[in-house]
Amino acid sequence: MYEKTLAELSAALRAGETSSVELTQTFLDRIERLNPDLNALITVTREQALADAKSADEMRAAGKAGPLTGIPLAHKDIFCTQGVRTSCGSRMLDNFIAPYNATVVEKLKAAGMVCVGKTNMDEFAMGSSNETSFYGPVRNPWDVQAVPGGSSGGSAAAVAARLVPVATGTDTGGSIRQPAALCGISGLKPTYGRVSRYGMIAFASSLDQGGPMGYSAEDLALMMNAMAGFDERDSTSVEREVPDYTADLGESLQGLKIGLPKEYFGEGLDSEVAKVVEAAVEEYRKLGAEVREISLPNTELAVPVYYVIAPAEASSNLSRYDGVRFGYRCENPVDLEDLYKRSRGEGFGPEVKRRIMVGTYALSAGYYDAYYLKAQQVRRMIRDDFTRALEEVDVIMGPTSPTVAFNLGERSDDPVQMYLSDVYTIAINLAGVPAMSIPAGFANGRPVGLQVIGNYFDEARLLNVGHQYQQVTDWHRRMPEQYA
Amino acid sequence: MEWETVIGLEIHAQLATKSKIFSGASTAYGAAPNTQACAVDLGLPGVLPVLNKDVVRMAVKFGLAIGAKVAPRSVFARKNYFYPDLPKGYQISQYELPVVEQGMLEIELEDGSTKNVGVTRAHLEEDAGKSMHEDFEGMSGIDLNRAGTPLLEIVSEPDLRSAKEAVAYMKKLHSLVRYLEICDGNMQEGSFRCDANVSVRPKGQKEFGTRAELKNLNSFRFVERAINIEVERQIDLLESGGTVVQETRLYDSVKNETRSMRTKEEANDYRYFPDPDLLPLDIEPAFIDQVRATLPELPDEKRRRFIDEYKLSVYDAGVLTSSREMADFFEAVVRESGGQAKMSANWVMGDFSGALNKDGLEIGDSPVTPTMLGQLLQRIADNTISGKIAKEVFEAMWNGEGMPDDIIEKRGLKQVTDTGAIEAMIDEVLAANPGQVEQYKGGKDKLLGFFVGQVMKLSKGKANPAQLNELLKKKLAE
Amino acid sequence: MSLSSADVQSIAHLARLSIEDQDIPEYARNLSDILNFVEQLGKVDTKGVDPMAHPLDMAQRLRVDEVSESDQRELFQSIAPATEAGLYLVPRVIE
Repeated sequence: MYEKTLAELSAALRAGETSSVELTQTFLDRIERLNPDLNALITVTREQALADAKSADEMRAAGKAGPLTGIPLAHKDIFCTQGVRTSCGSRMLDNFIAPYNATVVEKLKAAGMVCVGKTNMDEFAMGSSNETSFYGPVRNPWDVQAVPGGSSGGSAAAVAARLVPVATGTDTGGSIRQPAALCGISGLKPTYGRVSRYGMIAFASSLDQGGPMGYSAEDLALMMNAMAGFDERDSTSVEREVPDYTADLGESLQGLKIGLPKEYFGEGLDSEVAKVVEAAVEEYRKLGAEVREISLPNTELAVPVYYVIAPAEASSNLSRYDGVRFGYRCENPVDLEDLYKRSRGEGFGPEVKRRIMVGTYALSAGYYDAYYLKAQQVRRMIRDDFTRALEEVDVIMGPTSPTVAFNLGERSDDPVQMYLSDVYTIAINLAGVPAMSIPAGFANGRPVGLQVIGNYFDEARLLNVGHQYQQVTDWHRRMPEQYA
Repeated sequence: MEWETVIGLEIHAQLATKSKIFSGASTAYGAAPNTQACAVDLGLPGVLPVLNKDVVRMAVKFGLAIGAKVAPRSVFARKNYFYPDLPKGYQISQYELPVVEQGMLEIELEDGSTKNVGVTRAHLEEDAGKSMHEDFEGMSGIDLNRAGTPLLEIVSEPDLRSAKEAVAYMKKLHSLVRYLEICDGNMQEGSFRCDANVSVRPKGQKEFGTRAELKNLNSFRFVERAINIEVERQIDLLESGGTVVQETRLYDSVKNETRSMRTKEEANDYRYFPDPDLLPLDIEPAFIDQVRATLPELPDEKRRRFIDEYKLSVYDAGVLTSSREMADFFEAVVRESGGQAKMSANWVMGDFSGALNKDGLEIGDSPVTPTMLGQLLQRIADNTISGKIAKEVFEAMWNGEGMPDDIIEKRGLKQVTDTGAIEAMIDEVLAANPGQVEQYKGGKDKLLGFFVGQVMKLSKGKANPAQLNELLKKKLAE
Repeated sequence: MSLSSADVQSIAHLARLSIEDQDIPEYARNLSDILNFVEQLGKVDTKGVDPMAHPLDMAQRLRVDEVSESDQRELFQSIAPATEAGLYLVPRVIE
């Protein structure tokens, strides 16, 4: 059962071939057996999961089951889960038992999904390799020497190793797409505002967006049907009808206009990765798509813009961790300043501290205009690149990441080099458009992701584009041998 | 050297909403600590702010009332600093683009002249919590019930030139926000708070001197005293060759002095930036029109109308319009008294206000209603009772004895207007005082008052004074 | 842009972060690298470009003024490091 997609599991449950309890037990057993090496999950909620699975089976018996009822999943540990530790991968929140559910958690629960645990992540989602977690690094199921990507590395590894069929993730600069690519699974970052941010611990508020991670585009569509939608608790969530994301999956791609940004195929892109991406594009040609070269001229500015805006917002978002109302508090503070400085100094890891300091500096008197304001202006230029391009083409394609998964420790000494591994994903968050990564093959034995970028609120088209590809390829069904 | 004082005030008015500016928690005063601090107010991880519509409505109402510009687009920003009463480590406020700009408030000065004071801006922000300093073994306790209460910060131009002007401005604003029903004005509970920026400069100099910001001025009296003491301090300092340091100073009302405060963040680097959790606040013209339609008559208009319509003096009209409750009460009394405007004014400002003060009551708690007072004034006007007896009736009403007519009836206070009865009393008095009658007739006119007094005494104050006078003169002339 | 140890200390103070003395040089180096990297933005011509704070061109939605939250002090304070009599405790605040 564990090798099935969410859509297949849903069918099996519907057909009575299995029960939610049985399914949940299967995945819990796999977690128990395989997670210790991977470290993909940092909290497992076995008892609650089995109880919820039982309720799901009862729902089904009562004829009240939907497509997601009884399907196990794991939440990235950035989503608040009532009564369950929500650590955000940080010592700061190691003792934080969330007193409420995030909207996404609430919605998926209402759809009948069974949460089996919380996945590991880069601390406060700040990282591209899952090496900044307080709970230690996650291993890539395709090669335990390799990182799984980040920051949703635990979710990506858990899905890739079939510890759960689907998981939630969040994406601030590529944190869903890059680990999805590096672990050989599918992941979608929706349009900013499409999925509620309420209860999703903030990293950079104007960039953060939650989304689904799974084997196939179809699975992502099923998840999106439950996750997306307006939330009155989130001022930045959009009051706009949620389409049935599965409705258009079967549409033909005949005449689809695909743009390949020349800036995404230049210097810095690993040649093996390039070959895989080109082969995938070729597959789309066979499906009837028209491919043309386009330009996103400000691409190289995206990473520097991001590394002003994201740390600036983060420096303020993370001020609430002060040892007063929740979270880590240092021992025996001598005075208020000592309480703040040591609680924060001891509670946050080095990368988080680094980014808080960069952001603090960028916002401070005398530097605001040169850094923050300037970055916001260039952000608009980057956004305009996408708006223009998407008037010409339906979707933009390119590599999700310039390289395959790198080895643990390989880049952790050089923050700027690490930041550059997000060069193709970051601009999408700055613009706020949706994008997806789907498995497209392997380079040097490690997975390669194809990134598909769409216009605002055009998630259905992205999923259709992904699904059609997955009808003629089987990269999304490959499993790492050790976990097969 | 002659010095000139320059003052600008920053008033924080808590807006009278049911729920907080960015959350659905109650703003009611006086609840047990932290029982009205919800997840958003506590800044729990993952929570987000959503703006309260009434807060915007109230800000617009204020803007319209002072003839200000209501910004079609304003922006919420984060003011970043660490303090235990500030749960998120930043205060959501408005910085570069406030909701209200460039208004004007007219104040009356002691010499009867008026002065226009500019209001630079009014912006929306959230209040902080409170630190309790009672000793928890060397610790402070933090109550976050107040965190997130909506504030309108009203910033004046440095147009004020004396402590008295500052107080007049503050009182005017205090009256206005209550007229508009956007703030309850309760200074004890901190609903209306004031900081003052004070500096001095040699008379005639154009540039401003270095200013000090005075905090904790929670009554009109303290504002006046604190400014005066601070001005004195600055002048002494400058005259002895020193310089004024730009700093925040706390007014100590017990010692009547200002003292330097430890600044909240030494560098004062608040790192303002637009709050990414909130979108720009767009205010449509239609919304402004809707709010304009709800504007009550404002104090200045009302005062002018009172002068015109009721023929009141400028002073009386000013007193009666100082609060909306007072003005409403006065107008109700005029109506109930059948149009006795002058008498209504005298009674509302005199006996009625005196009784309220004595018992420490607000108009809303008064045992005497406009209907009761109106009826009383009618009885004076139609000669049922005299003004003097009316005071007795008023006291009885105040003590809960009912309507004036019942009191007059029960106590038998009706004026004696029967000519025969008054004549009989006059006869009795004249007969008892033959000596005085002789002296009067001999030219001592002043004795008339004596006879009036004696008859009044005999009538227990009920004889109609005008009739009595007339009859007495006639009798004595016989 | 090259940050000195003193710069790092003052930024860390503003952000209320304790930093071990031995770690300061590395922070100084890393932060300088990052700032040097982002400084390429300075060369971009952004004349007349409006700063963009949000990905979507939307206005703030307004909430009806009603009390929707009830008292959850007990739950919220069950995860607090130090409370007494319903108050959060911190080292004495001096004003």
